[in-house]
Amino acid sequence: MSQTITRTEGATPETPVPPKGLSDRARSERRLGWLLAGPAFGLMVLITGYPIVQAVFDSLWDYRLTDPSSSSFVFLGNYAVILSDPIWWTAFAVTVGITIVTVAVELVLGFALALVMIKALRAIRPVLRAAILIPYAIITVVSAFAWQFAFSLDSGFVNTWFSWIPGVTADTDWFDGTLSPLFVVCLAEIWKTTPFISLLLLAGLAQVPEVLQEAAKVDGASWWQRMSRVTIPNMKAAIMVALLFRTLDAFRVFDSIFVMTAGANNTESLAFLAYRQTISRVEIGLGSAVSVLLALSVLLICLLFVKGFRVDLSQARGE
Amino acid sequence: MSTRERTLWIVVGILIVVYALFPVAWIVSLSFKSSADISNAQFLPTEFSSENYAVILTGDASSLFLPALVNSFGICLIATAISCLLSMFCAYAIARIDFPGKRVILSTALAVAIFPTISIVTPLFNLWRQIGLYDTWPGLIIPYLSLTLPISIWTLSAFFREIPWEMEQAAQVDGATPWQAFRKVIVPLAAPGVFTTAIIAFFLAWNDFIYGISLTSTEAARPVPAALGLFSGASQFESPNGPIAAAAVIVTIPVVILVLIFQRRIVAGLTNGAVKG
Repeated sequence: MSQTITRTEGATPETPVPPKGLSDRARSERRLGWLLAGPAFGLMVLITGYPIVQAVFDSLWDYRLTDPSSSSFVFLGNYAVILSDPIWWTAFAVTVGITIVTVAVELVLGFALALVMIKALRAIRPVLRAAILIPYAIITVVSAFAWQFAFSLDSGFVNTWFSWIPGVTADTDWFDGTLSPLFVVCLAEIWKTTPFISLLLLAGLAQVPEVLQEAAKVDGASWWQRMSRVTIPNMKAAIMVALLFRTLDAFRVFDSIFVMTAGANNTESLAFLAYRQTISRVEIGLGSAVSVLLALSVLLICLLFVKGFRVDLSQARGE
Repeated sequence: MSTRERTLWIVVGILIVVYALFPVAWIVSLSFKSSADISNAQFLPTEFSSENYAVILTGDASSLFLPALVNSFGICLIATAISCLLSMFCAYAIARIDFPGKRVILSTALAVAIFPTISIVTPLFNLWRQIGLYDTWPGLIIPYLSLTLPISIWTLSAFFREIPWEMEQAAQVDGATPWQAFRKVIVPLAAPGVFTTAIIAFFLAWNDFIYGISLTSTEAARPVPAALGLFSGASQFESPNGPIAAAAVIVTIPVVILVLIFQRRIVAGLTNGAVKG
């Protein structure tokens, strides 16, 4: 009996909230809380919430900006048009392909970078940190141009440098066809975003207790055993959060595609398809439906990670 | 540590630095090539030339580039300032005050951050045209807040949790009101975190391309990335690659300087918000 009481006491939160009838202090604190947090929260909800609702509404209409008088309600008609069109599925395949390739390479490369950073000599650590931040800080469009120019026929040097590889000659056009331009897009994306993933992994790596490593070492575990049995399981949460963020980010790829290929030769991504429908062709109805489908895909990926891989998002919120 | 191990580390370090700087070095090198030299199929120019810089700063492309530079700086600074101010109050409430809805606010920030920009831009494009915000500064500042607010709320909440809040209580015991305690004690302590958040938010806005290309049409509001994207379409000069490279170098320099000065803080800010440190 006494044990039960002690246990209940132990479970009581430090500042108990009375279930009914808030104290004056609690009530005024609540008010102050919302007063301070309200504007930022409200603005954020308004700026994203309104367009989402509007996009869902627009997607149900056959509506072209240049011809507003003939708009008509088609319910899910736009979705039927899109989902039965090979253009959508090509863009879908391109997006999924870019996402899988870039995220997989970045995870391995980012992990290696993080390992180097944590083990590196104290003297070179700041140099590495600064170097690794530079790709992160460079505008995506600039990075896309840099990579495009390096490979392009009229200004590039890649063909000269890599002419020893079979198939690469002085006039190999990397932006002809579907796969080779996407290869350059992936290179640019990987270069630009690996630093971000490696910083997240570095933070996770720093949380793995040194004692565990030492214990495994004393017990005679090899480097690979320590890595796969001690380090990686202990930073699983950080890995999953990094993976989730990068996957969502990669799935929205737009800038590099716009700059390098402008969607030519079936290199369009989903975001680029939505842009082309809405902004270039002013097919607001169809474009909105593409946007909604893209948003739903992102939501689905998120759910998959949270439910399927049990990613704890409270980690991501920094709680 | 043995000499061999030390050498190994230095080699690995050099490899990483080369990885990070190679495309930057390339674009700098390209920007110094003369138009005859652009297609020399080499990494380095045969001789250094500043003609690309002349084109974008005083020549044909300056009417496209210079207004874009002003727009980008102005719009990004204003968006950063607004979101830092608002999220300062918000993060203080989250870190400090006991009120229901903290989780809702942080989850919403996360949801907004992962939401595809292109899905927001479609309805805004339509609405902005109707209410006259298309191709104006406010027409970009408002959507930029959807980029900068979530990251600011996160990063700042994480920073504010680390602050020694006993000092605030001490001030209150000494007779300060909650507002005075916030302004006189906490603001100076929180300033580094706010500054870091501002840099990260600025990077995000500065990097934007989708809003910039979709919601503007002239140099009245067009930011740099959108202007760069249009350089290639314009046929006012023979090969746009050299001038684009020069413009890219100019917009990259301030960012690289910021990174070099504040690297430690930026890393802390980036990882604090995402993975509990």
